[in-house]
Amino acid sequence: MRVALFIPCYVDQFYPNVAIATLELLEKHGCTVTYPLKQTCCGQPMANSGYEHEAEGCSMLFAENFAGYDYIVCPSGSCTLHIKHHLHTEKNAPEEAHIRKTVYELCEFMVDVLKVDTINASFPHKVGMHQSCHGQRGLHLSQMSELNAEPYSKPGSLLAMVKDVELIQLDRIDECCGFGGTFCVAEEAVSGKMGKDRVADHVRHEAEYITGADMSCLMHMEGILKRQNSNTKVIHIAEILNGIDN
Amino acid sequence: MNSTITNHADAAIQFNLDEPRVDWHDKTLWFIREKRDLASHAIPEWEQLREYASQIKNNVLSNLSQYLQEFEKNAIANGVIVHWAADAAEHNQIVHSILKKHQIDRMVKSKSMLTEECGLNEYLEHNGIEVIDTDLGERIVQLAKEPPSHIVLPCIHWKKEEIGELFHKHLGTDKGASDPKYLTAAAREHLRETFLTRRAALTGVNFAVAETGEFVVSTNEGNADMGAHLADIHIACMGIEKIIPQQQHLGVFLRLLARSATGQPITTYSSHFKKPQPHQEVHIVLVDNGRSVHLGKEDFRNSLKCIRCAACMNTCPVYRRSGGHSYHNAVAGPIGSILTPNFDMRANKDLPFASTLCGSCSNVCPVKIDIHDQLYKWRQVLMKEGLGPTTKNASMKMMGWVLSKPSLYNISGKAARLVLKYSPFVVSNKLNPWYKQREMPAPPKESFKEWYKKNRG
Amino acid sequence: MSREQILREVSKNQPAERALPVIDIPVTTTHAEWVEALKKRLDILHVDVREVTDYSAIKAILQQQAVPQERSVTTIVALGDVSTYIETVKEDAHSLEDVDWAIIPAHFGVAENGAMWVTESLIQYRVLPFITQQLAIVVNRKDIVYNMHQAYERIAETNYDFGVFIAGPSKTADIEQSLVLGAHGPKGMTLFLLG
Repeated sequence: MRVALFIPCYVDQFYPNVAIATLELLEKHGCTVTYPLKQTCCGQPMANSGYEHEAEGCSMLFAENFAGYDYIVCPSGSCTLHIKHHLHTEKNAPEEAHIRKTVYELCEFMVDVLKVDTINASFPHKVGMHQSCHGQRGLHLSQMSELNAEPYSKPGSLLAMVKDVELIQLDRIDECCGFGGTFCVAEEAVSGKMGKDRVADHVRHEAEYITGADMSCLMHMEGILKRQNSNTKVIHIAEILNGIDN
Repeated sequence: MNSTITNHADAAIQFNLDEPRVDWHDKTLWFIREKRDLASHAIPEWEQLREYASQIKNNVLSNLSQYLQEFEKNAIANGVIVHWAADAAEHNQIVHSILKKHQIDRMVKSKSMLTEECGLNEYLEHNGIEVIDTDLGERIVQLAKEPPSHIVLPCIHWKKEEIGELFHKHLGTDKGASDPKYLTAAAREHLRETFLTRRAALTGVNFAVAETGEFVVSTNEGNADMGAHLADIHIACMGIEKIIPQQQHLGVFLRLLARSATGQPITTYSSHFKKPQPHQEVHIVLVDNGRSVHLGKEDFRNSLKCIRCAACMNTCPVYRRSGGHSYHNAVAGPIGSILTPNFDMRANKDLPFASTLCGSCSNVCPVKIDIHDQLYKWRQVLMKEGLGPTTKNASMKMMGWVLSKPSLYNISGKAARLVLKYSPFVVSNKLNPWYKQREMPAPPKESFKEWYKKNRG
Repeated sequence: MSREQILREVSKNQPAERALPVIDIPVTTTHAEWVEALKKRLDILHVDVREVTDYSAIKAILQQQAVPQERSVTTIVALGDVSTYIETVKEDAHSLEDVDWAIIPAHFGVAENGAMWVTESLIQYRVLPFITQQLAIVVNRKDIVYNMHQAYERIAETNYDFGVFIAGPSKTADIEQSLVLGAHGPKGMTLFLLG
């Protein structure tokens, strides 16, 4: 199984450990992983700002970089969703359709494609799960509280395989953290308030760590936690699943 | 409402100056969202109902001209007088002319978002006609000379102590009294007298049935009925999209409406107005005001399916933390943000950006409007129209260029992660809003790409 | 004319035909369960439910509750000796402003939401169930349906000039979401479940 690793630009630059954990995790589960070196960004920051038309170059580059693999796996629901829904260039090459169909967020790839049933990792901490909206409501990584439908959670089912994790309950299980790409600066007042409220829910329930499948939300919440000198930390789910020393 | 602020982000800054109040506003609305969840989760066929409602509304949009004519024909046969208004001005003139003809200069009005949209109250007052809003929440904001901040809960942003103060001033209640029961009783007395002395009543319309020519008005207070049944003239105003094909469809919509709005299984009153009472005139004003043009926009037409339940507002984390007035329109929240650019793209260009695109709005919508997808699409339209700030246009262009060139990206990244200069959320600058409430991540010693080349290259 | 202009523009812009769905929501529960669900629902709606076997039982309750100075009216002829019977509209509706009690029948009730279907022919004055201070509705136990789909199946076979679903006393929560009964209409409601 030839897997291309798609690493969001801010993860590449700020959270290399998340990318390394993703790579190692996929390899542990039998994937042959390649990281196309010429990748930059999926173009979502521009598209969500209303500048899809300026992201054409990004899309073309993405299509070039990621053509010819069985799967493309990304440790971010948001970037995955963008590619799945919005990777359309003027060329409209057949590779684009293949990419849209085979791009997976890491957790859904492990559950739906690899059908992982054991994870050799331990994380003896109280952990709060943040449901990032694009992963949850866009990719359906877990059931949404608004719907009258059976609950499930792909990231949750993976965490359940990790030894000694204690998942905490939240008052609002899937409220947005307020990151929202450019929203976090364009609407700073509301974004900051949303982040503070989300973090407070985890802290109130004694989370030692907030985890999730999207580093952007975690980066936003980490910024707030740090400003508050909180002991609660953020950690990407790939790092827990890969097993790290703490 | 600070009416001078017509930009959501600026209004939200004002709203957030009083954080405990934001917490209170957020919790009050979240409580309604929770009630909505309880009510909808108690109906096993809930998602099926939403699907039916969505399909019925899609059918309505695809046959709207036929249904409008069918409704008109049946309403006329029922003895109702039907008017057509192309825009807000014509709507206001029609209402005014009906009142003038009967020499009426005082009117009661139950909730109608359409009349808010058309600015009817101001127009009539300008023409010497007194309008008293009879929904308690609307009466409160009317006394305070404010527009409603929420389409179902017009004064959700007011605290009971403030309402007590307002009533003390206007209705002579005891100073310092803030018990909701006491205040409601005072409003009841005040408005009962009003109902008994007004010859004209205006109501909104929740649903108008093409098949029968009847229209349905839902309230909890009974104010629409008190007004309409005691008046010689009943004027009902509706947007042309309020039509539904058949009476049986009311079964679907009435099951969804109140559960979505407040978590009640139905409003206290669902009144079906078919024929006028003897010696009574009933007028229906069918209002276009941009809707027919809106109908032609493929990407945006299905926001016309809205039944005004406000579930999207209650669930919206941004609405709850910025308040209805920050949307500077009669209809606020996510649905307002996709409806209002249809009226005026320039004046409402900020609203599609007042969202994180979290998608909760689309999930609670009882008629399955793709609200967050439309927010995304409006952003594209607005920026393509050149309505973005010049600096943003330039930085996005630059960002698109850098990110399409791997070598530039790598160089920028190496040079102290300079790529982030173009990344909207992390310009390392003291003036950057990121730093107001947050720290930046500590920069690692190398990027993943650098690590990968070293270790796997 | 705006009418022609609007219709022309709408016809031009309306999308291609989308079919209406066939509404099919099967009800699997029994009538006895609907009655229980109704009672539960009415309790939540602050409705005082009285299960009675016949009109004499209703009369006994009404007499017990009656306050001499209060004005009570009914549109049920069988209750004419305990309340003033209104046979038809004779006066201006405003004359009902001092009604304390109105006792009216309903065609049927809906279990899922506690709503009672009442039409003009049952109440004579449309404003009656709204203007009264206290409302009592009489409904036959056999006339309970489960949901609104069944309700409209029944309504489809009838004709009315004005009809209303009434689900409890008038109420508001406009002040800080605190529930207050008696916004404009009745402050309280009694339901007589007959038979």
